[in-house]
Amino acid sequence: MKEYQTITEISGPLVFAEVDEPVGYDEIVEIETPQGETLRGQVLESSEGLVSIQVFEGTGGIDRNASVRFLGETMKMPVTEDLLGRVLDGSGRPIDGGPEIVPEERQDIVGAAINPYSREYPEEFIQTGVSSIDGMNTLVRGQKLPIFSGSGLPHNDLALQIARQATVPEEEGDEETEFAVIFGAMGITQEEANEFMDDFERTGALERSVVFMNLADDPAVERTVTPRLALTTAEYLAFEKDYHVLVILTDITNYCEALREIGAAREEVPGRRGYPGYMYTDLAQLYERAGRLKDRDGSVTQIPILTMPGDDDTHPIPDLTGYITEGQIVMDRDLHSQGIEPPVNVLPSLSRLMDDGIGEGLTRGDHGDVSDQMYAGYAEGEDLRDLVNIVGREALSERDNKFLDFADRFEAEFVEQGYDTNRTIEETLGIGWDLLSDLPKEELNRIDEEFIAEYYHEDEEAEAVQAD
Amino acid sequence: MSQADETQTVDQDGVIESVSGPVVTAADLDARMNDVVYVGDEGLMGEVIEIEGNLTTIQVYEETSGVGPGEPVENTGEPLSVDLGPGMLDTIYDGVQRPLDELEEKMNSAFLDRGVDAPGIDVEKQWEFTPTVSEGDSVEPGDIIGEVPETASITHKVMVPPDFEGGEITSIEAGDFTVEEPVAELSSGEDVTMHQEWPVRQARPAAEKRTPTVPLQSGQRIQDGLFPIAKGGTAAIPGPFGSGKTVTQHQLAKWSDADIVVYVGCGERGNEMTEVIEDFPNLEDPMTGKPLMSRTCLIANTSNMPVAARESCIYTGITIAEYFRDMGYDVALMADSTSRWAEAMREISSRLEEMPGEEGYPAYLAAALSEFYERAGLFENVNGTEGSVTAIGAVSPPGGDFSEPVTQNTLRIVKTFWALDADLAERRHFPSINWNESYSLYRQQLDPWFVENVAEDWPEVRQWAIDVLDEEDELQEIVQLVGKDALPEDQQLTLEVARYLREAWLQQDAFHDVDTYCEPTKTYRMLQAIKTFNDEAFDALDAGVPVEEIQSVDAAPRLNRMGTADEWSEFIDELETNLAEQIRELY
Repeated sequence: MKEYQTITEISGPLVFAEVDEPVGYDEIVEIETPQGETLRGQVLESSEGLVSIQVFEGTGGIDRNASVRFLGETMKMPVTEDLLGRVLDGSGRPIDGGPEIVPEERQDIVGAAINPYSREYPEEFIQTGVSSIDGMNTLVRGQKLPIFSGSGLPHNDLALQIARQATVPEEEGDEETEFAVIFGAMGITQEEANEFMDDFERTGALERSVVFMNLADDPAVERTVTPRLALTTAEYLAFEKDYHVLVILTDITNYCEALREIGAAREEVPGRRGYPGYMYTDLAQLYERAGRLKDRDGSVTQIPILTMPGDDDTHPIPDLTGYITEGQIVMDRDLHSQGIEPPVNVLPSLSRLMDDGIGEGLTRGDHGDVSDQMYAGYAEGEDLRDLVNIVGREALSERDNKFLDFADRFEAEFVEQGYDTNRTIEETLGIGWDLLSDLPKEELNRIDEEFIAEYYHEDEEAEAVQAD
Repeated sequence: MSQADETQTVDQDGVIESVSGPVVTAADLDARMNDVVYVGDEGLMGEVIEIEGNLTTIQVYEETSGVGPGEPVENTGEPLSVDLGPGMLDTIYDGVQRPLDELEEKMNSAFLDRGVDAPGIDVEKQWEFTPTVSEGDSVEPGDIIGEVPETASITHKVMVPPDFEGGEITSIEAGDFTVEEPVAELSSGEDVTMHQEWPVRQARPAAEKRTPTVPLQSGQRIQDGLFPIAKGGTAAIPGPFGSGKTVTQHQLAKWSDADIVVYVGCGERGNEMTEVIEDFPNLEDPMTGKPLMSRTCLIANTSNMPVAARESCIYTGITIAEYFRDMGYDVALMADSTSRWAEAMREISSRLEEMPGEEGYPAYLAAALSEFYERAGLFENVNGTEGSVTAIGAVSPPGGDFSEPVTQNTLRIVKTFWALDADLAERRHFPSINWNESYSLYRQQLDPWFVENVAEDWPEVRQWAIDVLDEEDELQEIVQLVGKDALPEDQQLTLEVARYLREAWLQQDAFHDVDTYCEPTKTYRMLQAIKTFNDEAFDALDAGVPVEEIQSVDAAPRLNRMGTADEWSEFIDELETNLAEQIRELY
């Protein structure tokens, strides 16, 4: 390990230093300021004689006399099962006043790509207890399903509800398998962080959680490391300790801002809206660290949260995310202002792995058909609402009116449930059939006839039984 | 630590000068453009992409963390090539043709390690070779000299490599050989083995490119029915995320009647590739009844694998496709997604600090795209056989905006355009191909085939469907303003017919056992049934029957069940009779 006092330039989060020995790309660097403070960073570019270093904690306090040490290794996360129940900062140091972490292993945080041949296709239904997810956009173990939200929308409440309620029903042996929760916070406010921590403590979830906190006033550059630490821990727990891990990352938008900041400081050629051209690859390196492996029991399921700037899903952050993740849950401002909890708009939402995780033996045989039919019905009702604004309800046919009612009830009864209601998949599908039964039978063209015979009920009585 | 100064041979080793992500520069490396090099102490595979004075720029196909200046760079002196020979089908490769199952074994890990190499085809496996020529015959480059049963459905043809001289066969024998053992000797002194190498960035030679006249039957109604593609044609599938690009590509890979399918997963999701690996061996080819995997070669470069390998995987795929074409097969190449490929070019280009073109893409984007699609086509091969490569590329436009450079440059080249529509996808109308925006320039040249093999009035019936859908599109604008009931009765009926066209015919459930595959005859018969409803309904309307009554005949909603009915032929016959009877009863 060699120490230099050869800093030539400091610019934004970057430090340039001259070296006389070769330094590896991505290596970890320690910089000691004249005040005795130690900052950590990473090699961004290494050429003969000159390296550029990205400093995680920000370059404040560094001057040209600061000393630079190259540790000769890439960034590692000390991992152990004892991490469960701990709270760490964005660089992986404990901040809960607990004992020192004694690592079992130290793992490289830039996880290697999973060989697609070694993966196991995810198809185990996770019951989140949220109808708009379970019924319409089913989550499965090993999936990466982000929440697309906007500023001021209750995405945290939904994420917490999922973390609290998520189970895989009817596992053999024990009744329900609980998830270990890895929570990676990037640039969220102290208040939001408290909201999460309080809930974890209140429900006792903290015992089976590992929390990584990079808050809004922590250095932005550190945000590029936090999710990697979280995912390295998740992979360790899942693939070496057989846990089913649920990773919640919030807020990806802050992460991308940090990427842009570094890109700008390096004077890179920017891509769309100033974000670096490699943002797709970079995000993929996070999101793709979800899944299941052959011959391993554990799994990593990811729920990243991102706030869409201006609620615009064509913004590069949600756009690139959507191309990598296996669907998205979209929060809607209109539904929110109508007081619907959780305000999930199912139409732009999607779960790509749904088709393989539902049906006979997994959830229920009619699940797929019911979901398709409700999508079609709700979409039609939504269209008609525009028309109603122009011509009024009276001008519409009886059939159209039924679809309008269906759309209204769908929002008020199916989507709306509150953050404390935990519905089983049977209950969710039951509500679905209640709503569908208000539509004329012959309009249910997405549903197999035998299911219509089994579940469609015309009278009020049957409805009461189902809703029970 | 470098031996650079000691040797002055052509393959002189170099020394790393700087490292920035996947781009490495090396000094003192004597290499040609596009040579493959091994970088660093771990021997990471890379390719020379720029030479400037003493400095050589290399794109590295593996993760470069920890690699630093001073480490050696070794030149192989060869351009990036693929191994061609028996054993490529039923296999899954990464972007530089390393078999992923072998990598798992060699690395003994589910994660992809670095610096591990594996040959593209098994060099130890013995194949049963049967000659098709005899000693004394004269052969030329490209000629087929024998056959090997490669998989249940494909016979591999062993060919004289295109870069050989050719000559008289002095020795050839049947028997079991590995791919490295010579199966024939030529008077020119050349030994022919079952193994060839070919540089991926160079198209394999062919005698002539012809105009394709046979459709690639996709088994998908909207594609066969409205926007067909020819064997040897090119198509683009652009669409925003969630609109069903991948399912559409998978459906084509599963059900199209190509002999060979090369599926390139370029920068896409790991789980999706796993789905293909798990599904395909269990699916049957509707034409041959053999497992689909035995005609399929998969190339998987998932989004988190190194970006440079993403740039090369498209070329790996098309070269393999061309090799099977040379044997006289019809090959379909699916590339999902070409946008990721273009972005990989952009990423490398920006690390080279090249002057960017539109939206940061390199100025050679259009050239690279057209070069790729031009390698598709119906060819007369140099050995006289006829084979084709059909190229179908998915495009992922940012924000679903088709005016972006990759979509636009692709559309300038391809002749079939299947535009996926987020709006249709949201209401779960799948496949969400927008019938108003999509087109196929192959319709005219393929019509004779459909007339001969499916139905004589195919072009007329199709035109009828297009007209109804067009009219619906116009009427919908009025309906949005005044409501459906304000329209005259005949227009209301047209809307009803169009609804059945959309819901019963254009929609197709990829996840339904029966509906997932629809042969062209069924596609035609279903359309005919809707036309029967249309004709009967308009006759009734002319006779003064109110439109509500016509719409509410019992048989009409059963049109929606045609796709999923087990015995479709009987079902449709009966339905047509019922429709006619019930509507005629009204007047």
